[in-house]
Amino acid sequence: MDLTADMTNQPFPTQLFGDDAIDTAEEKAKPSSRQTVGDPFVENPRMICRDVYVYYAEKCAINNVSIDVGRNEVLAMIGPSGCGKSTFLRCLNRMNDTVGTCRVEGDIRLDDMNIYDPSVDVVPLRASVGMVFQKPNPFPKSIFDNVAYGPKIHGLVSNKTELAEIVETSLTKAGLWNEVKDRLHEPGTGLSGGQQQRLCIARAIAVSPEVILMDEPCSALDPIATAKVEELIAELREQFSIVIVTHAMQQAARVSQRTAYFHLGDLIEVGPTDRIFTNPRHQLTEDYITGRFG
Amino acid sequence: MQNTPQQSPITLRINAGLKKRYNTEKRFKRMGISAIVIAMTFLVFLFGSIISNGYTAFQQTYIQLDVSFDQTFFTGENLAAANFPGLVKKTLYSMFPDVTSRNDKKLLTQLVSSNAAFRLMGMVTKDPKLIGTTQKIWVLADDDVDMLIKGHYDRNVAESNRRINDKQLAWIDALAANGKITKKFNTQFFTSGDSREPEQAGIWGATRGSIYTLFIALALSFPIGVAAAIYLEEFAPNNGWTDLIEININNLAAVPSIIFGLLGLAIFINFWGMPRSTPLVGGLVLTLVTLPTIIIAGRAALKSVPPSIREAALGIGASKIQMVTHHVLPLAMPGMLTGTIIGMARALGETAPLLMIGMIAFIVDIPGSVTDPATVLPVQIFLWADSPERAFTEKTSAAIIMLLAFLMLMNGLAVYFRNKFERKW
Ligand SMILES: Nc1ncnc2c1ncn2[C@@H]1O[C@H](COP(=O)(O)OP(=O)(O)O)[C@@H](O)[C@H]1O
Ligand SMILES: [Mg+2]
Repeated sequence: MDLTADMTNQPFPTQLFGDDAIDTAEEKAKPSSRQTVGDPFVENPRMICRDVYVYYAEKCAINNVSIDVGRNEVLAMIGPSGCGKSTFLRCLNRMNDTVGTCRVEGDIRLDDMNIYDPSVDVVPLRASVGMVFQKPNPFPKSIFDNVAYGPKIHGLVSNKTELAEIVETSLTKAGLWNEVKDRLHEPGTGLSGGQQQRLCIARAIAVSPEVILMDEPCSALDPIATAKVEELIAELREQFSIVIVTHAMQQAARVSQRTAYFHLGDLIEVGPTDRIFTNPRHQLTEDYITGRFG
Repeated sequence: MQNTPQQSPITLRINAGLKKRYNTEKRFKRMGISAIVIAMTFLVFLFGSIISNGYTAFQQTYIQLDVSFDQTFFTGENLAAANFPGLVKKTLYSMFPDVTSRNDKKLLTQLVSSNAAFRLMGMVTKDPKLIGTTQKIWVLADDDVDMLIKGHYDRNVAESNRRINDKQLAWIDALAANGKITKKFNTQFFTSGDSREPEQAGIWGATRGSIYTLFIALALSFPIGVAAAIYLEEFAPNNGWTDLIEININNLAAVPSIIFGLLGLAIFINFWGMPRSTPLVGGLVLTLVTLPTIIIAGRAALKSVPPSIREAALGIGASKIQMVTHHVLPLAMPGMLTGTIIGMARALGETAPLLMIGMIAFIVDIPGSVTDPATVLPVQIFLWADSPERAFTEKTSAAIIMLLAFLMLMNGLAVYFRNKFERKW
């Protein structure tokens, strides 16, 4: 992590300190307040999101969200169902482009490149910002071909040996190599759910992305498979920035460094994970993590 | 000691309704089974009647002639120009020396097919060394003789109601007694085109016509249909125009095919000046007939590919066309093939639109290319079914058998390809 970055470069919009915002940690922001509290911004971020609005046709699904994704951190996004976590996550690699009615406004930058700029091509963008989905979705092809697909279409390798190397390192990083090395040419869909999800992670990291987005990656897995994937996420943090949507608060607490709480399209609170879970500054966050609703 | 388990009121309520529920299930099963039995009975009846009517057409009656290729017949330079019908007649007269009157001689020559002279010509032109020798040669019998030998004519009806009179009957019996008349496998049927003479008529011309026509239809409608389905399903913007196109395609699938025939006549033949009665135009018309089916089936197949596969491909940075060609299309292919086969099976049986573009013409020659005039199997069936001669009845059934065999072959191929492409996900 680059801690020497010049702090004065970091934008810190004044709108964060609106009328409803609070100064002390003891007082909670009122439930009616929709201003983000906590520290949504970090030094030397990987991705910067400012004033992001997302609409499905006329319906506003994300309302003025500003947040940073740091380097080598796991950012967890929590919140009740339908609050827009997936919608926001899918803005980060423009997967929302596939939804005809979806419109994104605001500024989202990956390493200073505005990803919604008309000149930006989504193909390389999605290679830099990979995605792992809720339901494991390996291609109905062999394990090898699943992992090899990304490097192949992006032309990252020049020969078969290199390709085999990438496949091996990706599967190793995903903690799957030892389990599948003898059956690389069997279909990926024949693996167990947890293995399939790790295969999907291997597929995503095979193209060396900078950021990996995960949308409830463990919600279809049993506890043992979940534990393995969580372990893997912790290891992957050393190389990638990870944004994970989860509805399991324990999971957020276990794997993430920062946590963002969404509520009905608003980003309510962002902060270091241990602080969010021990000392939330917004009434809505507290209500959610103490299980009063959600 | 009796041990009745405690039953809660809920369990009792459920148990009370159980019998009714099971009865409904049983009734439904019985209805299903009887529907299948009825369908199978009709199918067996259909096949039974077609096969029992048609199988005799696979044999044909032949008469053995002792032909002496007399030098006097082959005086000219051109062997083919020799008087072969005269040679056949002379042979027959020599086999029945007591036939003398002009009228009887005519009746006698009617026993063999006009094809006999062509057969002799073929033999001599191929092997001129035959001249001067005497050969025993099997030639086709006339269709009336064939019908008599196959037992389709009743000998006991009054002579005036018979197509074979008493004299001819006697000659045939004499031939049969000498072993000079027999039934052989009917290769002619599988190798020749249509003919006015039932004994010479064959199915190969129509089969070739069907093959060419279907080939054109498949070669055009499959790629166009698949491309249209992919465009509409994956690329087209969701707006009024796409809705309009979709509605129109669905409507086209329901348009009676004869309308497409009229369209083909107006556009392909009258406007573009393509040759009439040809598999080329027939194939184009059948392309129009089958396209809606293929597009609709193709779109359904594309829709059934799980969205998660698309997301997986896009999520790793595949472009839209890569997503389609690498992932969606292979998964949709079995469904698309099924749709195509349904379309092709329909095209194979299609008659009405082909009548409009002249494929009903009487065509003897076997088509050699898609621009030669031709007819197709269902039209051939229609033509034969319409002919008065008794011998065409069995040909009609035989042609239907051929059509069904063709259909089964196509379906078999389709199942083979579908299984080949089919994968699980
Ligand atoms: N494709 C879509 N079209 C219209 N509305 C959508 C679509 N996807 C999500 N939404 C709406 O946007 C809101 C946020 O959804 P989502 O991001 O999936 O929530 P979460 O992942 O937090 O459960 C919900 O109200 C949902 O109904
Ligand atoms: Mg979601």
